[in-house]
Amino acid sequence: MSTPILELENVDKSFGPIHVLHNISLKVMPGEVLCLLGDNGAGKSTLIKTLAGVHKPTSGVVRFEGKPVVFDNPKQAQEIGIATVHQFGGTFPLMSIGRSFFVGVEPTKGWGPFKVIDRKKANAVAIKAIQDFGITRIDDGDRLIGGLSGGERQSLAIARAVHLGARVLILDEPTAALGVKQASHVLRIVLEAKKRGISVIFITHQVTHAMAVGDQYAVLIHGSVAANFYRGERTREEITDLMAGGEALAKLEAEVEN
Amino acid sequence: MSGQFSFGSLLRRPEAGAFIGLVAVLAFFVVFGGLSFLKTAGVASWLNVAANLGIVAIPIGLLMISGELDISIGAMVPAGSMTVAILSGYFGLPIAVGILAALGFGVLVGLLNGFIVVRTAVPSLIVTLGSLFAVQGLVLGLSVMLTNTTSIPLTSPAWAKAMFGTFIANQFQVIILWWLALTAVYVFVIHFKPVGNWIFAMGGDKVSARNAGIPTERLTIILFVLSATSASFVGVCQAILFNSAQVSSGMSFIFNAIISVVVGGVLLTGGFGSIIGIFFGTITFAIVNQGIYFTDFDRNWSSLIIGVMLLLAVLMNNTFRKMALSYSPKKK
Ligand SMILES: Nc1ncnc2c1ncn2[C@@H]1O[C@H](COP(=O)(O)OP(=O)(O)OP(=O)(O)O)[C@@H](O)[C@H]1O
Ligand SMILES: [Mg+2]
Repeated sequence: MSTPILELENVDKSFGPIHVLHNISLKVMPGEVLCLLGDNGAGKSTLIKTLAGVHKPTSGVVRFEGKPVVFDNPKQAQEIGIATVHQFGGTFPLMSIGRSFFVGVEPTKGWGPFKVIDRKKANAVAIKAIQDFGITRIDDGDRLIGGLSGGERQSLAIARAVHLGARVLILDEPTAALGVKQASHVLRIVLEAKKRGISVIFITHQVTHAMAVGDQYAVLIHGSVAANFYRGERTREEITDLMAGGEALAKLEAEVEN
Repeated sequence: MSGQFSFGSLLRRPEAGAFIGLVAVLAFFVVFGGLSFLKTAGVASWLNVAANLGIVAIPIGLLMISGELDISIGAMVPAGSMTVAILSGYFGLPIAVGILAALGFGVLVGLLNGFIVVRTAVPSLIVTLGSLFAVQGLVLGLSVMLTNTTSIPLTSPAWAKAMFGTFIANQFQVIILWWLALTAVYVFVIHFKPVGNWIFAMGGDKVSARNAGIPTERLTIILFVLSATSASFVGVCQAILFNSAQVSSGMSFIFNAIISVVVGGVLLTGGFGSIIGIFFGTITFAIVNQGIYFTDFDRNWSSLIIGVMLLLAVLMNNTFRKMALSYSPKKK
């Protein structure tokens, strides 16, 4: 098990004149949870979008199981097993739960040109997936997404990614809109995925969540990897400090000293 | 899962408003015009209007569901008529060549519209406003240059007449059959096949749809091709039916199609609507358009009715959308 499932080597990303990512090198082993930390605007979402096929790196290499890969679109990333829940969106307010859950990967029945969406199956799977999340209030797959709460939608998006049976699961601030119960459920899902040998890249602003599930940590500051370490190598305070860009605590210390 | 019939769940469907509108309009004209517009000649008059409009309105509705708009159809209807009339009427080429060229021109304009919309961030209203004028100018210029006239006669062989431009029972245009068949195909593809699901997802949230692996750009282009080609097809049918084509405007198609689509329950903001709704919306529009002739009212009043109906439809659509969103499962 010495080949990383996902590896970035000197990845740069700029949007025209705006350089967002600089020289990012990271490795994720199978079954490993990488917590991606950093301040607002550090480039976390941009980084995972280059892994999800949304953006192409400006330079540098992304390897999947040792082989260089270039994704032309999100579908290609999905097809080799990288499932991503993006920070915003992911669900469609005016679509039914069952239809939204399966956008792009609709289960079908029938034959040839008469293959149609299997609505019953789509609804049943979607409802089971969300109920497994502890949200038992929802029991009708024909209900529209727009009638759900923010956390319920978030849970649905995560349940979708997990259901798609990814090799790598990327979650961009999945716990942000969630209540305590649902958030701890997400953490449990991350651990469960890990147990099944799925790698997880997990973005969060909450140290507690990062400490609970992370094997490896990478801290982005202004688009560069400022620190990359394994579980137990840093204290909770050091991590908190790094997440705030290393400035908050230094400033606090300076204030205390004066 | 509730498979039971309930009035409430019917009301939440996108076509609910369209259906209510249709019933209201029917009632109005029965009261003021009597039953004659429900007899054969009356039915034919509004079915003919509905069929010509409906074939264009459905792809326009799909574009609106996906968050785009195409007003170049106003030029594509006469472009279709003129292409077949110039090639097969004036130059005497086989009618099949004329028809294929007209449809091919529709595909070309659709591709162009689609590519420009996808490649630039320019709103499709502006892009297709440009192609509306460009196509209009092109057709007028070419027909004057090639034929020295703007009105061209066309004689079609019997098979083409029978397929595209004849009257059944002396009053029903054969295009009605095309409209019904196309509507059935659209219902199947849009509401039962995955690709239909993708169009709704695109209109709901284009970025998320793309992130979910939907080929949003390709779909957008296909929808523009569909609308331009459908408009051209209607033009071809009209030329074959009336044995001639004019450069005159098809501008009324733009507004009429949009009105049918909105009355049919498609949300202007995209992501919500149905083929059956657009179908009912088109019939409703056609009944108001033709029904006025069966009453004692002056024809000008029909515009007032259509305007009020459109406003009511928009208000109703918003209400229905709210109802659809707030729907929560029954207590068990
Ligand atoms: N498409 C884009 N074009 C130009 N600049 C962009 C684009 N996407 C992101 N950026 C810029 O890149 C920087 C990093 O953004 P990103 O969304 O990756 O931050 P983040 O670390 O995810 O922040 P947050 O914690 O707030 O989610 C920001 O300054 C942002 O403005
Ligand atoms: Mg982010």
